[in-house]
Amino acid sequence: MCFIFRLSFDADTCLACPSFDCLVKCQYLDLGFAEARREIRKIISGEDSPVLHSCKTCYACEEYCRYGNHPFYLIVERQEEKQILPAPRPIIKRWIQTGELTGKEPEIKPVKEPVISLCFFPQLVPLIQGKLFEGLSIICGRHVFCNVVYLHFGKPSVIKERVPVIIENIVKYGVKELICFHDECYGLFKSLAPAYGIKVPFKPIHLFEYLYNKLREYEKMIKPLNFKVAYQRNCSTRLTPDKEHFVDDIFELIGVKRVERKYDRENALCCAGIIKELGYPELSEELQRKNVEDMKKADAEYVVFNCPACYFTLAEKVKRLGMKPILMSELCKLAIGEKPVLF
Amino acid sequence: MSGIYEALAKIVGEKYVSNRMEEKYFYSRDQGLTEPCKPDYIVLPKTVDEVQAIVKLACKEKIPIVVRGAGLALTGLVRPLKGGIVLDLKRMDKILEVNEKSRYAIIEAGVTTGKLKAYLEHYHPSLRFSIPDAPPSATVAGNVVIHGQGRLTQQYGFNSDMVCGLEVVLPCGDVCRIGSCSISPYWFSKGPPLPDLSGLFLGWFGTTGIITKIGIKLYPNKKIRDVEIFVTDDENLVPDIIARITYTEIVEDVNVWTQPYPLIYRGIHHITAYVTGDSEEEIEFKKKMVIDSVRDYIKRKEGGFIFLTPDIKPVLLEMPQSSLTRFADVKRGGGFQYAGPIIPIEKYPEAYRRMVEVAEKYKTTWAIASRVIGRGHCMMFGFSFPFSRIDPSDMERVKKALHECDLIALELGGVPWKAEIPAQQEILKRMDQNTRKLIGQIKKLLDPYGIMNPGNWEVD
Amino acid sequence: MKKANLSSLQLYRCFACGYCKFTSDFVDYNCPSYKRFRFETYFTGGRLWLMYAWLNGEISWSENLANIIYTCTTCKNCVEHCPMGFNQDIVNWITSVRGEVIERGLAPPNIRDFLENIRKHGNPWGKPKDGREAWTKNVSVRKFKPADDYLLYVGCLASYDNRAQEIAKSLVEILNDTDISFGILGNEENCDGNEVFMLGEKGLYQLLAEQNIKKFKELNVKRIITLSPHSYNIMRNEYPKLGGTFEVLHYTQLLHDLIKSGKIKLSKTEVKVTYHDPCFLGRYNWIYETPREILRSIPGLELLEMRRNRGNSFCCGGGSGNFIMDLLGGSEDSPNRVRVREAYETGAKVLAVACPGCMVMFESALKDEEMEEKLVVRDISEIIRDSCRK
Repeated sequence: MCFIFRLSFDADTCLACPSFDCLVKCQYLDLGFAEARREIRKIISGEDSPVLHSCKTCYACEEYCRYGNHPFYLIVERQEEKQILPAPRPIIKRWIQTGELTGKEPEIKPVKEPVISLCFFPQLVPLIQGKLFEGLSIICGRHVFCNVVYLHFGKPSVIKERVPVIIENIVKYGVKELICFHDECYGLFKSLAPAYGIKVPFKPIHLFEYLYNKLREYEKMIKPLNFKVAYQRNCSTRLTPDKEHFVDDIFELIGVKRVERKYDRENALCCAGIIKELGYPELSEELQRKNVEDMKKADAEYVVFNCPACYFTLAEKVKRLGMKPILMSELCKLAIGEKPVLF
Repeated sequence: MSGIYEALAKIVGEKYVSNRMEEKYFYSRDQGLTEPCKPDYIVLPKTVDEVQAIVKLACKEKIPIVVRGAGLALTGLVRPLKGGIVLDLKRMDKILEVNEKSRYAIIEAGVTTGKLKAYLEHYHPSLRFSIPDAPPSATVAGNVVIHGQGRLTQQYGFNSDMVCGLEVVLPCGDVCRIGSCSISPYWFSKGPPLPDLSGLFLGWFGTTGIITKIGIKLYPNKKIRDVEIFVTDDENLVPDIIARITYTEIVEDVNVWTQPYPLIYRGIHHITAYVTGDSEEEIEFKKKMVIDSVRDYIKRKEGGFIFLTPDIKPVLLEMPQSSLTRFADVKRGGGFQYAGPIIPIEKYPEAYRRMVEVAEKYKTTWAIASRVIGRGHCMMFGFSFPFSRIDPSDMERVKKALHECDLIALELGGVPWKAEIPAQQEILKRMDQNTRKLIGQIKKLLDPYGIMNPGNWEVD
Repeated sequence: MKKANLSSLQLYRCFACGYCKFTSDFVDYNCPSYKRFRFETYFTGGRLWLMYAWLNGEISWSENLANIIYTCTTCKNCVEHCPMGFNQDIVNWITSVRGEVIERGLAPPNIRDFLENIRKHGNPWGKPKDGREAWTKNVSVRKFKPADDYLLYVGCLASYDNRAQEIAKSLVEILNDTDISFGILGNEENCDGNEVFMLGEKGLYQLLAEQNIKKFKELNVKRIITLSPHSYNIMRNEYPKLGGTFEVLHYTQLLHDLIKSGKIKLSKTEVKVTYHDPCFLGRYNWIYETPREILRSIPGLELLEMRRNRGNSFCCGGGSGNFIMDLLGGSEDSPNRVRVREAYETGAKVLAVACPGCMVMFESALKDEEMEEKLVVRDISEIIRDSCRK
């Protein structure tokens, strides 16, 4: 089934690129313009390239590409074609097994909208409470798992095989609009699936857009928080940078100041949890240290997370430096005087 | 046995003797799959004098005695196979002394691992002992008597290797001190430089005497404890990975586990290495040594370190690890039992393959939880099966599976640990005949009337 | 032997691992009946195995089995510390089996009398109903009126027990000095049914609860202050299932708010106090900090913690009717005696309680321990009242 989904990548656009930002700006490869051009040509033509072996799967090149030409998806396709393992074999196997559908998934019946998907994070269910989440139906489980994580492991075939089933499951819930708590789910429906020509017959709504609109409804209840916050951009947010303005919109609405720091916005560092699993444990530690020290240096009191996986990865290090980790949803609850869930 | 109840009541007080049906019911069994055997009396002594008096009575009347801590061996070692008296020692629960300089504690036999842990944390936070992952109701003495293992076993051997003295009531009723405490007020050694008599009582399942006090070695308790998990999907690589990690000589504990469910674990061997330290730098240094030891495997993509999320780490770092106890509820049936033979490390791959075959043969799920012993001299290969107490056919299949696992362990050159009676017989069958003869002679010498946990290590 | 319907009771899931014997840090045995009797049959795991064996026809009913079953005080230490997924069901299993015992007419005489007294007289001692408001003599308290802010539900102990009556009196004195309007039911008050529920007599419990709910509704009761955590527990958590939805507070919650809002003025009282968390306030309803904040708000009061506090609190041994039946009494290992010794070891002079059941148990223990000169038991309401009087 998955062979019918082909990546919509335009080689000519790529070859005519005046900057090769995808590789030149890469935080992990030290490539100048000429080298980047050489390597991207190899990748396009299907040759081996050190890029395919050294990629740290931070997804940043998807954002760096000015043409939306999906350089990262291409790298991942080539990795699988050439049987290059970006991570140790057992690690990849472990991850693939995690999302395997067993046939014992719950029976799917239509639910009342609005609907929020928690992907495969059942530990987030207790967060879906309070005024901001009133009246939402929750869907959660491996049967609605976005599978985007397999980009880290050079397994687009797994994504292509499973995602149509996932989308079908979501459709069975009767969903017309789906609020995506997990940024990767949003990235799947807005970027990855369309890049492969996989139809998405519902409208995905990012959690931040949902929260912003809800906060506007309850604007009178908002008491400015007056915190200084660092924002942790996760990897998959690079797939849909258009929605990023909601971060600043929310911050403005609830009275928090996003600190200026080195590793933010386009220069953001990923949480490096996956980088450890790729086989670079020291690099992972170093990146995490640099990232949280950067947050501390910028005087952040809170660190706001987009992604639960980043949260679980960095929360302890954040706390150790005297800052408070918090998910965006919980920060918004604080703003309207509700008690947040802090893991 | 008329008059025995009254005699026992006179020794311990009527409140602490029972020949009631309910106590007989509970004390006839343990949480494993062995058949219950009813005692005649259950007695709860408080002092060594009381134990002595009971043993003398039993000796005189030729009544079997079985000693019980918490009964958590799961292999039926605390069942009174021939009736008689069950001595529940948990009222003897005093922590008598902690010597910080020489790092040992002297405790009564009924002290639980939980109590000792709590006591040390509160009063001697710089010291710890090798706590097993059995529930905290397990007794330190009971664990030691069956050669249990704990968190410090990778470094220092079986928990019985960490004994530094014993007080024993012999089957004739005499009280004996074993080790340096036999001539000195200090309990620093269970044998050397004297003839080591501790071996007459450790591993004998109470057939040679009743341990009433135990000296247990304590070790530095570092401020920070952390864990890394290295995974591979090839069981053949596990022995070498263990060898490399233990070669560093800096890990606290090394466990190897795998199970078919949840799916994330299937076919993956998790080599879990614990490190301790007093500073972040020390921890980072030790972790780096562990990483370096297996870097070749990472380069070859044959293994890697997984990221441990905040929900997983506390489970792994918990002492004792309650997740192991929760295995009993996998079938929502209240039971599990494991074959935990001690095997050479190089036999891990074959043990894994053959025992998984057994599980498939008997159509039962399983989990492996193993522990490296003594810097890699051997390992406890724990192959566990959950069962449901309300499903007799399930229990029967698991029983058979466990026995087959014991036989496989013997075939591989291992030795079943805390062996059930049938496994004990298999061990004795294969044993060097003079060794077997020596076991029989020792038992006969110390327990001529055969009253001490009869049925166990029966040579004849 | 008749086999019971086992389908809903999953007693067999218990592994008898023994976690339920302990506190969370394993410092001591925390199951009151195990601590008292020390046979394995008396900890939750042993008890569950035996109950299962009985229901399954493996063992027959006996006096000893009855003792094992009824010496459980339903303190919830086992629920709190059991690592298994069914932990929340444990007390339900025990009360269900107790219900089966009653169904089969096997309840021991003391249990039977306890329940029968409640059924006939509305209190477990079988004392006359019209003696229920005897404590109000010389106390300025009136009957509840529909316009009142609160119904003060006094409960059986504080109505009939001499020592516990002092709690009612001190609370009334405090409330009379505020602008809160409240009243009691006096002789119209009936047993709240918590002990009946815990003893498994669900039919009698339902009767009591429905009668109480009907009465409260007829009187237009909206908010209830309970003196006892037992009453608080049953009215807050079980009455709603029978249609009795009221706003229920334990009196410490009300006092806490009154102190915080400055409506109660407290004078300096230099005293060392330790607080005992009652099971029905603590483990059943997670109210741990409110009583402590009340005590800390008294200037000069030094609050010392026992090692076993909050979720690790060691039950006084009075639950499931044992404040009368005292099945765990008679030994230095009786839970109330163990606990007062523990309280004394903190260096405190006062053992503060928030439950009349605990009050009665600890007063008895101090006598048995000959510690009446060394430690006194005071209810929080008495401590506050004394501080106000200064």
